[in-house]
Amino acid sequence: MDLGFDEVQMLLKNSAREVLEQECPITLVRAMEEDERGFTSELWQNMAELGWLGLSIPEQYGGQGMSFFDLAILLEETGRFLVPGPFFSTVVLSSSILTEYGTESQKSEILPKIANGDLIATVAITEPSATYESNGIQLTATKDGSNYVLNGTKLFVNDAQIADIILVVAKTDDKGDESNGFTVFIVDKNTSGMTITPLDTIASDKQAEIVFESVSISEENVLGEVGKGWDIAKRVIDLGSSAKCIEMLGGADRVLEMTVEYVKDRTQFGRPIGSFQAIQHHCANMATDVEGCRYVAYHAVWRISEGLEAQKEISIAKAWVSDAYRRVCAIGHQSHGAIGFTKEYDLQLYTRRAKAQELAFGDSSYHREIVAQQLGI
Amino acid sequence: MDFKFSTEEETFQNDVNGFLKKELPSDWTGETAYASSDDGWNFNLKMKKKLAEKGWLTLGWPKEYGGMEASIMSQVLFNEQMAYNRAPGIDIWGIKMLAPTLMVHGTEEQKQRFLPPVANGEVQWCQGYSEPGSGSDLASLQTRAEVDGDEYVVNGTKIWTSNGHRADWIILLARTDTDAPKHRGITMLLVDMKTPGISVNPIVNMAGMHEFNQVFFDNVRVPKRNLVGEENRGWYVGATLLDFERSGVQYSAEARRTIDDLVGFIKDNPSSNFDLSGREHLRNRLADMAIETEVSRMISYNIGFMQSQGFVPNKEASICKSFSTEMEQRVAETGMHILGLYGQLTSDSKWAPLRVRIERTFLRHHSATLASGTSEIQRNIIATRGLGLPRA
Repeated sequence: MDLGFDEVQMLLKNSAREVLEQECPITLVRAMEEDERGFTSELWQNMAELGWLGLSIPEQYGGQGMSFFDLAILLEETGRFLVPGPFFSTVVLSSSILTEYGTESQKSEILPKIANGDLIATVAITEPSATYESNGIQLTATKDGSNYVLNGTKLFVNDAQIADIILVVAKTDDKGDESNGFTVFIVDKNTSGMTITPLDTIASDKQAEIVFESVSISEENVLGEVGKGWDIAKRVIDLGSSAKCIEMLGGADRVLEMTVEYVKDRTQFGRPIGSFQAIQHHCANMATDVEGCRYVAYHAVWRISEGLEAQKEISIAKAWVSDAYRRVCAIGHQSHGAIGFTKEYDLQLYTRRAKAQELAFGDSSYHREIVAQQLGI
Repeated sequence: MDFKFSTEEETFQNDVNGFLKKELPSDWTGETAYASSDDGWNFNLKMKKKLAEKGWLTLGWPKEYGGMEASIMSQVLFNEQMAYNRAPGIDIWGIKMLAPTLMVHGTEEQKQRFLPPVANGEVQWCQGYSEPGSGSDLASLQTRAEVDGDEYVVNGTKIWTSNGHRADWIILLARTDTDAPKHRGITMLLVDMKTPGISVNPIVNMAGMHEFNQVFFDNVRVPKRNLVGEENRGWYVGATLLDFERSGVQYSAEARRTIDDLVGFIKDNPSSNFDLSGREHLRNRLADMAIETEVSRMISYNIGFMQSQGFVPNKEASICKSFSTEMEQRVAETGMHILGLYGQLTSDSKWAPLRVRIERTFLRHHSATLASGTSEIQRNIIATRGLGLPRA
């Protein structure tokens, strides 16, 4: 057992922190909340040049060929710095499943563009049913010659407004089930029949509704096999939920750090409030939650990265980290007092995102149910 | 990172499991309060000898003291298996407190005299630290040791002395300088429990078990050669940070066993009072306990890993202790909820689920957040030593 990072991983972590300290100040985070696109081309290109956008893309497609675990190390830092933009949608989700399920021509067409920052991609699973269960998918794709015609609505799609391609999970067989009823399509943003409407969200992240009205997609743009799309959707949920845990760990660690800094500095009754036991125990509870997050989150990611069965570990991690990060933010606010409640203070940037991250790819209730099933109760 | 154990570690884990399967009775449900009955104590002694023969009592000791010098992770695995199986046989005061302390601070004569009996499982130690007036504020202890020739004369009382009624020796902290600041007037002495002037009064806990005691010292004469380290440095001798396994993995192992017992019981009794269908809140709660147990286990593995890399876990050990013992209480409470009215039964009968194991656990775990540093003290340590917050 070795729960440390190796030399290359330490280098990645340290350089990510240095770069983001320079390139992703909190002023940028705030500005991007108000920005329609939610990211800047400079930062995106910078990330491409650092090799981050192609980190886990194989070298023959212009990437670095590193592992999902290595990617997670970077995510702890992007989570800490609240890096705005479509990194998660494009790199963590889309590039991973394109690498895994794409045809040779799909991979050589798309992956190099992702790696060099020329293409943004996202995945559309959820619908107005607001669930990650397969029975929530109502969007249909009907065969029409060598094309499929998509009809339905996707909701809570991250970065849809800026995506060049959207990987859409559709139902291709009315009577089918998870093993044969779903198919994933690679949909170009310029395809006619799609209407994208931005949603205003708690995290000021860029989510959208996409309405598909007779959107015709060539069968060449099927990702993986027809009928086998739920495997891909499930893979997205697995990768997404475990990777979110690492992103949240980065955020939670920063909230703890901010709170400790604040309570050492803030004076009441003639002494720093951090010398009061009530506040000290708040901070100890936060540190406990953060410590708890770290190894269950990395354990899940490690198992995925090693190709091991990971369902239980993923759900344990997402259930725990979702709740723990929310607690960390809540105690952080309590310890900060009124100043933490203001928009001007940075703490709220984390709290609002913690809620969105908690909801993404299954909240604690969703994953607790999976753990219960795994226990056989 | 690599969460896998090495092949040797896995082999060792299987050896320990095989041993426990062989040595524990087939209907063994575990009795952790083994000091409470003569039968329990005798079985503990038997197991201790067998573990000594395997060399496992001294798994983590250096070779020069007859130990196996096993890796920290092997020790973690050993402790995990022992705790999961609720196996007796480990004298933690002798093995994990006295021995490492003597290896650092003891004289050659003390090492020769005291270590082999511990390694061979021939002696029982107990700890004389807490006093009626000195619990969390241990350094305020009042038991006096005054020099008289070649001896110390000890007067005072110690309390919450686990296994005091079974022990041969006690590791005593006593005040030798009443004028010095409180941490600087304390001395560590090793005292034979048969010395005239020592009396032991039982204290029965709320689970009806006799595990701890109050020990009285009335002009007890202790030879100077039983002084450990320097006089008046006992606080620091006792607080030596030792390179022995302190992952706290036993907490998650115990909790995991309770959860496994409950899950097995629920599955064995479908459509009964214990069925969780229609009781979603309890099903969720049990799933939550499984989640927390895994969190605790990972925290412990990391402590083991840190130690194996030569780091001294400090904040991490306190996080593990407070989180995991509170978790154990939640696990026991969850079990009691699931058992409903049946949970209150206290003796083994046809009506008693899981041979009253859950009720025992529920009552006994009230002390988990108190023993070896309360949850509140652990949080103080996390906040001040771990996070650098100013002391009050």
